[in-house]
Amino acid sequence: MEPADIGKTFRRLDYETKVTGRAQYLADMSVPGMLHGKILRSSYPHARIARIDGSKAEKFPGVVAVLTREDILHEQGIEPFYGPVFKDQTIVATEKVRHVGDPVAAVAALTADIAEAALKLIDVDYEELPAVLNVGDALKTNPTLVHETVRIPESGFADLTELKPIDGTNICTHFRLKRGDIDKGFAQADHIFEDIFTLPATQHSFLETHACIASVEPGGRITVWATTQNPFVVRTQLANIFKVPVSKVRVVVPYLGGGYGGKVYPKVEPITVALARKAGGPVRVVLSREEVFYTITKHAAVIRMKTGVKKDGTLIARECEIHLDTGAYAEIGPRVAKKSGYTAAGPYKIPNLKIDSYSIYTNKPPAGAFRGFGVSQSAWAVESQMDIIAAALNRDPVELRKQNGYDEGDKFVTEETLRAVGLKECIDQVAKSIGWDTDRIKAPKLKEPAVSADRLRRGKGIACMIKATITPSISCAVVKLNEDASLSIYTGTVEMGQGSETVLAQIAGKELGIPLQKIQVLGVDTDVVPYDLTTSSSRSTFHMGKAVQLAAQDILRQLKQTAAKEYNVPEEKISVAEGKIRLPEAQLDYAQVMFKRFGMQGGTLVGEGQVKTSTQDEFGDKSTSAFWFLAAGAAEVEVDVDTGKLKLVKYASAVDVGKALNPLGCRQQLNGAAITGMGQALFEEIAYDNGQLINPNLIDYVLPSLGDMPAMIESIAVEVPDRNGPYGAKGIGESALIPVAPAIANAIYDAVGVRIKDLPLKAEKIYLALADKK
Amino acid sequence: MKKTIALKVNGSARSAEVEPRTTLLEMVREQFGLTGAKLGCDLQVCGACTLLVDGKPVSACSVLAVDVDGAAVETIEGLSAKDRLHPLQEAFMQFGALQCGYCTSGFILTAKALLAECPRPTEQQIRDYLAGNFCRCGCYQEIVQAIKDVSDQGKAVRGNS
Repeated sequence: MEPADIGKTFRRLDYETKVTGRAQYLADMSVPGMLHGKILRSSYPHARIARIDGSKAEKFPGVVAVLTREDILHEQGIEPFYGPVFKDQTIVATEKVRHVGDPVAAVAALTADIAEAALKLIDVDYEELPAVLNVGDALKTNPTLVHETVRIPESGFADLTELKPIDGTNICTHFRLKRGDIDKGFAQADHIFEDIFTLPATQHSFLETHACIASVEPGGRITVWATTQNPFVVRTQLANIFKVPVSKVRVVVPYLGGGYGGKVYPKVEPITVALARKAGGPVRVVLSREEVFYTITKHAAVIRMKTGVKKDGTLIARECEIHLDTGAYAEIGPRVAKKSGYTAAGPYKIPNLKIDSYSIYTNKPPAGAFRGFGVSQSAWAVESQMDIIAAALNRDPVELRKQNGYDEGDKFVTEETLRAVGLKECIDQVAKSIGWDTDRIKAPKLKEPAVSADRLRRGKGIACMIKATITPSISCAVVKLNEDASLSIYTGTVEMGQGSETVLAQIAGKELGIPLQKIQVLGVDTDVVPYDLTTSSSRSTFHMGKAVQLAAQDILRQLKQTAAKEYNVPEEKISVAEGKIRLPEAQLDYAQVMFKRFGMQGGTLVGEGQVKTSTQDEFGDKSTSAFWFLAAGAAEVEVDVDTGKLKLVKYASAVDVGKALNPLGCRQQLNGAAITGMGQALFEEIAYDNGQLINPNLIDYVLPSLGDMPAMIESIAVEVPDRNGPYGAKGIGESALIPVAPAIANAIYDAVGVRIKDLPLKAEKIYLALADKK
Repeated sequence: MKKTIALKVNGSARSAEVEPRTTLLEMVREQFGLTGAKLGCDLQVCGACTLLVDGKPVSACSVLAVDVDGAAVETIEGLSAKDRLHPLQEAFMQFGALQCGYCTSGFILTAKALLAECPRPTEQQIRDYLAGNFCRCGCYQEIVQAIKDVSDQGKAVRGNS
């Protein structure tokens, strides 16, 4: 058996069970006596509930429980209001419905069909209210209010405490960032650029819809099997809602069929628990595809960006206002807005800034985390405008980016020092990959006339980005060395496809010299594994990887101490290599040391590792991010000048990964993020008509398929090690997605000279822009 | 009114009592306990529920169970025999053609049907044939590589025997 290592591709531990169809996802699971739950949802974007009566549904044969607002408002054991940042959500609507699809009632029945049929027997009288359909409506003077009041929890996320809703408005939060002197900055500028960029709401579209099985014991003990990326946050929220200590809530998470940010924070869990509690038996709720669209979306945004530039291309001032449509509930929108604000300067040194980033309530389904978390919104504006500036100044877009881009030791907009910054290498790598011609600007713009026909024009575009990870945060790990020298790893990191099980096993195996075949990474069960904040923000390899590394080192320490004691050798004379304990006179297997310690074949050594990041780094410097993500992307496109049809010819990503622990796994994440970015760039868009979501299905909401793929996608791992990551590794899950849309828009401009400022980049927009130009 | 149907599932004779509106996917998952095929879109576009009926790929979410009376149905669970995996399963692991795994059984079964129809497909034929399966994790490039590898080596033919 080959010893575990890092920097080397190993077959993923989750693969065999997945390719054989044996892996159990939530909708494949059932428990004895399980009932089936269905949810009645609002068909109005905004309405007062005058009356709701579930009595007819209750009498329907096979129905066990009907849950309405009466059950949560007048129940001692339930706190009706919850939410990750503000307590503005309820399990079912209490006074108003605030978006189409807002849960109004739920039924638990013997079969899913009976539950579905019973929903139609629930009488609801709505009084329709004017709806806030977009951020423009929301910000009018004397607007209709989505929330008349918003409850603020006593304690919340440390990084969001300064953000509060503004009374009498639909502003959920307003994040401000000021740097230097904005007026002086613009006064020094030779050119000023002002543009508005927009992008629509989109949906994560994991193939596995949200689902939950909940069981509530008579004593109040709650067990949920959940499709969640952050089981410990769900545990806390359920404990608060149902007024029990966290020890009385058990959250079990099987493999997820994708997450991408859409499975963080409570989703279907509270309503399933409430149903199970009322029904007195376990209940399973599996959302339909349509319901997923009502549950969570990515923020649509309107971004006004004004930038002052000196003659030589130096960015000197930027004013930026970002309006993010957070929908009917805050969810994690306040943090999304903050992260958009932080990155509105992009990966560029701009001394004078005035950034205002808002999360805004509207009567739409809630928007929350989505792979790229606020940065794919800001980067769409930053990177599109960068090329507008380059074109106006007749500068090479690559050179302009490198002139202004961050280097090691530069100050971020928060005035903290950036470390481990592989930005420019990423830019160089993608430029090289797509054959970027650095002389292209000096030479007159002579386009290749045609590839196959005269009307096809090719162009190349580039974009880059900087992103932060959630800070402060916590990851704890436990590693157990068993009596046969095999290893069990206990963490709260959720395997949702990213390959975390394998990377965590590689790290522990590398530290202890144990082959992967002898390592088991346990599934997530909050009764068993120690605390982890969340599997999101590309944080698990960095944080949990480090925690597992520390836990493995703790085991090594214990093995050495045991050997020292049992063999009477000073500890400093003991070394460990390749899974053996080396004494001056002998070499011992771990199993031999275990036997010595416990006196028989048995016993367990338990190693522990804890990682906590804070808002100050080890040098006492401010730290808004435990590490930084840097990446670049480059696209080559072909545009049909007669029809606007766009074809992606080639796409390249380069991501500063710190250290590629599992190179194939790393490439999968980079390729996958780029492909998700292509969907966002080219066609994904949630469409609304008067507050009605009109494409909540995978026919009308189009996902990228193999038919849309360019002939070649190249993903390049740049390795600038981070001082605190395990073996220098950083997070990689989101970086490659963010540059895709602006890189393609920039390539379209390069090909045919039209600038599209509104995503997605549909043929009709290109066609109309081309027609305007003629 | 329930109807009894008889069919072959992964080579074994099975029978089932189904409602006329029961889908093939519901029958396979709920009555036979074969949960490798997943419900993704429920509209015949995502491919996660793909099964082979008489060797042809179908979206089991949109096929009625009564319509497979007398047919041979193959699911992902029937592809591997004890410790021996199908070459496509091996290649998907080797090339990293999956991440979350939710689409995987659909991709592997569709690929098997492709290689049965066309043992040495061009890259374009692979892309066209599998354009009806979504992989939201974005393993498309790796999926094409895996299928090409199996076809180049003629492994699919051996795997069928």
